[in-house]
Amino acid sequence: MSQEPPKLTIGERQARFDLDVVASYIEPRAKVLDVGCGDGLLLEKLAGEKQVDGRGVELSQRGVNECVARGLSVIQGDADTDLVFYPDRGFDYVILSQTLQATKNPKAVLEHLLRIGDKVIVSIPNFGYWPNRVGLAFKGQMPVNRHLPYSWYDTPNIHFCTIRDFVKLCDEVGAKVESAAALNGSGQEIGLSMPWWFWNFFGQQAVFMLRR
Amino acid sequence: MITMPKDARSRRLLAADEANNPTSEVLRFGPDKPLRLDAGVELTPFQIAYQTYGTLNEARTNAVLVCHALTGDQHAANAHPVTGKAGWWDVLIGPGRIVDTDRFFVICSNVIGGCLGSTGPASINPATGKPYGLDLPVITIPDMVRAQAMLVDHFGIDQLFCVIGGSMGGMQVLEWAASHSDRVFSALPIATGPRHSSQNIAFNEVGRQSVMADPDWCGGRYIEEDKRPEKGLAVARMAAHITYLSEAALHRKFGRNLQDRAHLTFGFDADFQIESYLRHQGMTFVDRFDANSYLYMTRAMDYFDLAADHDGRLADAFAGTSTRFCLVSFTSDWLFPTSESRSVVHALNAAGASVSFVEIETDRGHDAFLLDEPELFAAINGFINSAARAYGLPEADQ
Repeated sequence: MSQEPPKLTIGERQARFDLDVVASYIEPRAKVLDVGCGDGLLLEKLAGEKQVDGRGVELSQRGVNECVARGLSVIQGDADTDLVFYPDRGFDYVILSQTLQATKNPKAVLEHLLRIGDKVIVSIPNFGYWPNRVGLAFKGQMPVNRHLPYSWYDTPNIHFCTIRDFVKLCDEVGAKVESAAALNGSGQEIGLSMPWWFWNFFGQQAVFMLRR
Repeated sequence: MITMPKDARSRRLLAADEANNPTSEVLRFGPDKPLRLDAGVELTPFQIAYQTYGTLNEARTNAVLVCHALTGDQHAANAHPVTGKAGWWDVLIGPGRIVDTDRFFVICSNVIGGCLGSTGPASINPATGKPYGLDLPVITIPDMVRAQAMLVDHFGIDQLFCVIGGSMGGMQVLEWAASHSDRVFSALPIATGPRHSSQNIAFNEVGRQSVMADPDWCGGRYIEEDKRPEKGLAVARMAAHITYLSEAALHRKFGRNLQDRAHLTFGFDADFQIESYLRHQGMTFVDRFDANSYLYMTRAMDYFDLAADHDGRLADAFAGTSTRFCLVSFTSDWLFPTSESRSVVHALNAAGASVSFVEIETDRGHDAFLLDEPELFAAINGFINSAARAYGLPEADQ
């Protein structure tokens, strides 16, 4: 349990623009599993706004205890090892927000998500975001900035990818992209008409809705 | 050498009286309502001694069933009739407390096989006019739950809002959820597991052998002989008590401190505080607990194996359940380690059940479920309140 996903603090909550996009994908009263649910912010939002039947899995004990104390159905568990215990198509939506990059085996995790949920919503930080490229290209160092606050040696994010990389992985596991949105550093959606390379350069994070 | 206090006899008589004529409410079932036992026989007549707290609402939807542990009893939130001590879950249950008796109707009954008024080995066998002793059939966790269901029927309650319990009480909660899932809206099994491990059976066997090795046990007929296997039962309790704590907690509390002395005595008196503490635990236990009942309770735990009743697939025990679960374990509990709760969580996931699971960091071991643990209370509070909202129960008065 040494590697815990990034903890959300109150100050950081405003920065989770992806949650609004994720929530907009979800139909009311759906059965939802949020993998890596942190302190339950999204689950609480979905319960309140969409009356979903929500469940969560969270690695950090502190996050789980907070969720349960707030009345959410959340268990302590690890996306890498515990998804195997969930039945096929047990949920309408499975959400993995800002967590894939912290898993040991992102491909296996994604395959499990596609098995468990009718639809899978994944949000990822885009390593191809231009400030990251600038940092690497001109400073010659792994980027450390507002969006990627960790140094290479203490980051829980062991499997960074770019938006393009992720789309390629979706192809490999046979997932179809139903919807996608890229958000710039201020949380604004980048226009749908823009080409992938534009998203991959200007998107700070991206949200995908996938299905088998 | 364990020496019993002088007034032990009077408390022993009090305890014996509680077995047949308890100070609790008693529900008696005649020959028309036998209790079907897993041992393949029917227990009749039999009785259940119970306590209730709070008021059952008109719709009979606010009932919380509290299941007690191995050496617990129905006196969860009132003074104990033998020891005079506060109820064993007084910290949790009461007006304005987490299990709020201003809001919920709380039922706690002595399990079948117990010794505080429900039919058990110390009860008089109507067929012989003497205490049952070992003539009472072996009682199982499902037997206990079946009896509780008859008590719940008596109140005209179709569905319990919540069933809650720790350790052996947690086993009963799991059994309720597995066998009577439509009667359980929410379930809170704490510090428990879906079966007793080999190590736990081993500890229980040490306890039973200790009782049976006491010459005053008299083959289980000690009540008629006016004897009590107090030393055997005290040693059983001492050994068991160690398993309820943790190495870290013991060391924190007692270390190698000496008891009322400055130097080792080079003898076998209780030199160390931990020895003195355990002896005290053993001695006070025999005042309120029947030795044969201890054999029956430990056996019931040993026999519990929820998966085995479903062809080895634990998930099948919960197939199709609509009960909401919250499991709690403690990091330093080596009697029911977190892995036991987690196996239940995985089974519930596989069954598609609604489940929360909290592991609480504490060095207080298995007994943490009986103690003032703020994280435990926060989890129980959050779970109960959200379940109550989902069940349509009115909010607690602020």
